[in-house]
Amino acid sequence: MKSKDFILGIKDGIPIGLGYLSVSFGFGITAVRLGISVLSAFIISLTNLTSAGQAEGVNIIASHGTLIEMALVQLVINLRYALMALSLSQNLDRSFTLRHRFIAAYGITDEIFAVCATKKEPITPVYMYGIIIVATAGWTFGTFLGAAAGEILPADIISALGIMLYGMFIAIIVPPASKNKSIFVVVAFAAAMSTLCRYFLTFLSSGFVVIICGISASLIGAWLFPVKEAEKT
Amino acid sequence: MSIALYIIVMAGVTYLIRMLPFAFFRKKIKSVFLRSFLHYIPYAVLSAMTIPAIFYSTGNFITAAAGSVTALVLAYFDLPLIVVAIAASAAAFGAGIFF
Repeated sequence: MKSKDFILGIKDGIPIGLGYLSVSFGFGITAVRLGISVLSAFIISLTNLTSAGQAEGVNIIASHGTLIEMALVQLVINLRYALMALSLSQNLDRSFTLRHRFIAAYGITDEIFAVCATKKEPITPVYMYGIIIVATAGWTFGTFLGAAAGEILPADIISALGIMLYGMFIAIIVPPASKNKSIFVVVAFAAAMSTLCRYFLTFLSSGFVVIICGISASLIGAWLFPVKEAEKT
Repeated sequence: MSIALYIIVMAGVTYLIRMLPFAFFRKKIKSVFLRSFLHYIPYAVLSAMTIPAIFYSTGNFITAAAGSVTALVLAYFDLPLIVVAIAASAAAFGAGIFF
């Protein structure tokens, strides 16, 4: 029963791991372009397991930001995980003791949450471990490949690949924004504000721009278009 | 400052955000406003991170713009993440040959 759940987790983790392989490749390239070593990029991926937080994190490292800025940026960008963790915690198997919760919490990402949240039966620790192992393998290996490629490939290819990670972010936000007016307004407002900050409030570092724009655009969204339980994605 | 310090703060904060609610909270968030706010956060944050930074991501405004437009169009037609990302890079690389 236990090992069956583990195998099932591994199976469910494979598509996630493959997807992570390509996103983290983009992260590896971005990190190395910012002067971060292959080993550091790998450790960042292993210890954080999150795309947007890491992407902004390496920006802060490269621009020698403060640790307070780093902490606040991670808090805001990754705040959604708190909500996912909360939601997952409602449907855990009885075998999910506190110790297991401490370990499995490491692996709460958008994709792993999505897979676990659609399960009808209570989630067991071994099932989550199965998914997390495959996802983490894809995430760290992709980072390593991207970072290593960043050190080997010719400069003009590397600069073209620098857009990869942002291209993926576009691919994440454009489809829901084009179908959903409220998301479109939030996304457009955040983009406009961030552009204004970039050119007119130049004393703000990129991390604080993300915090200010992310929070204010989301507040406006929550105020103008409150989301009812049923339509939550 | 040592990069290890940055990584410890980064990983520590990210872990606590996941672990605290997962391990200790047992109630649901009832406030519609708070739930809505959390619902919009990922879109708002990704948008603010991407624009205008994407235009500086290749070190050349024109090649980055070519890649950005490609990404926007393909994403609009719901193509998979990896296809959008590779096409954006290819467009930036192609534009780099001319500019």
